[in-house]
Amino acid sequence: MNLLDVESLHVFRGRRHVLRGVSLALGAGDCLQVTGPNGAGKTTLLRAVVGLCEVEQGTVRWRGADLRRDPQALHRETAYLGHEVPLKGDLTARENLAFAVGLRRRVDRPALDRALEQVGAERFAGQPLRSLSAGQRRRVGLAALLLFAVPLWLLDEPTTNLDASGQRLLMRLLAAHLAAGGLVLAAVHHPLSIEGHETRRLELGGAA
Amino acid sequence: MRVGWPRAVLLVLRRDLVLAFRRGGEVVQPLAFFAVVSTLFPLALTPEMSRLRDIAPGVLWVAALLSSLLALEHLFRDDAQDRTLEQFAVSGQPLTALLLAKTMAHWLLTGLPLALIAPLVAVAYGVTLEAMPGIWLALVLGTITLSLVGAIGAGLTLGARRSGVLLSLLTLPLVIPIVIFGARATELAIQGETYAGPMYLLAALAVLSLTLAPLAATVAVRIGIE
Repeated sequence: MNLLDVESLHVFRGRRHVLRGVSLALGAGDCLQVTGPNGAGKTTLLRAVVGLCEVEQGTVRWRGADLRRDPQALHRETAYLGHEVPLKGDLTARENLAFAVGLRRRVDRPALDRALEQVGAERFAGQPLRSLSAGQRRRVGLAALLLFAVPLWLLDEPTTNLDASGQRLLMRLLAAHLAAGGLVLAAVHHPLSIEGHETRRLELGGAA
Repeated sequence: MRVGWPRAVLLVLRRDLVLAFRRGGEVVQPLAFFAVVSTLFPLALTPEMSRLRDIAPGVLWVAALLSSLLALEHLFRDDAQDRTLEQFAVSGQPLTALLLAKTMAHWLLTGLPLALIAPLVAVAYGVTLEAMPGIWLALVLGTITLSLVGAIGAGLTLGARRSGVLLSLLTLPLVIPIVIFGARATELAIQGETYAGPMYLLAALAVLSLTLAPLAATVAVRIGIE
């Protein structure tokens, strides 16, 4: 049973026809990696699925509900992590997390600390975010992903800025998420190998 | 457990206030600008009390308008740059409510302090204490409308690189009625006459913009973050 259904998506950026009829389907425990050269439309695809860019033609359905009619149905169960981690430089990592997660669900301090520990961010949890490196911010972003506790993860280049141990951590998190019946749609340059999971690939064409 | 939108609104409001106080400058700058501009007029004109009292309403309102435009640029810009607005849009909460919360925070940080210090400036123009409640009320109502209407402009200019001038050009024509009725109410208050008429119109404009502006701002922001 597919939860996410995307049918022949067409998206224009300005006059450029970026996505030409992209279709995909994901069920519980599925991971689909979107690959392709720069400018192939990987980011655009993710943004179209989550409703952040105008879709010319085609449909996105989540549990059968059309994204155009009922975007909340998808948004409530989706976490979208883009290129940049949307966190505030003037707030500490923990405050950032409390706000980002607090918009969606109630979360208490022990749960925050557990998630920060899980991503190896407990050491700098109390520091303002502007003093952290890009990789450390990524880890805070991953903690948000865990705390959202939603089935569908849309990840844009999730390995960016992560060191070797960070990448292993990401693979562990992805494996655990998929094993628990989660769905992952990720745009990647280098295919990820997630232990114990077969990942499908979707190759987008070159820049038109 | 899911969070309802009223709680999300409070969360956004609190975060924006915390952020503003950590930065500090953003709160103080428009106020200082307002104080400086309104102090320049008596220096440039003849410091004759009766004349100053006549120009006080105009000076107060134009200075208030300019200083709130100054602050408006930051309303959505910072959150758009670090992609927080995108997360707002996909959070499953109504975007209009979250943007209204940001606009409310913006008013609490710029409009309200401005309305509070304006009577102090008015004293320098020889305005009597009896006129203060009227001036204060007019500025509170006027700045609410300014923030709400300004939110539309701030949303529309998200895509523009240097948006300061464009934002002013978009917003200023829309807020002309506020300046007219606000200055009129202030003038009547200073003369010690009844100012109910223009005050009702200011209140009506505030209610109108409270109902319509957030919807327009939402559409503008959606386009801006695409």
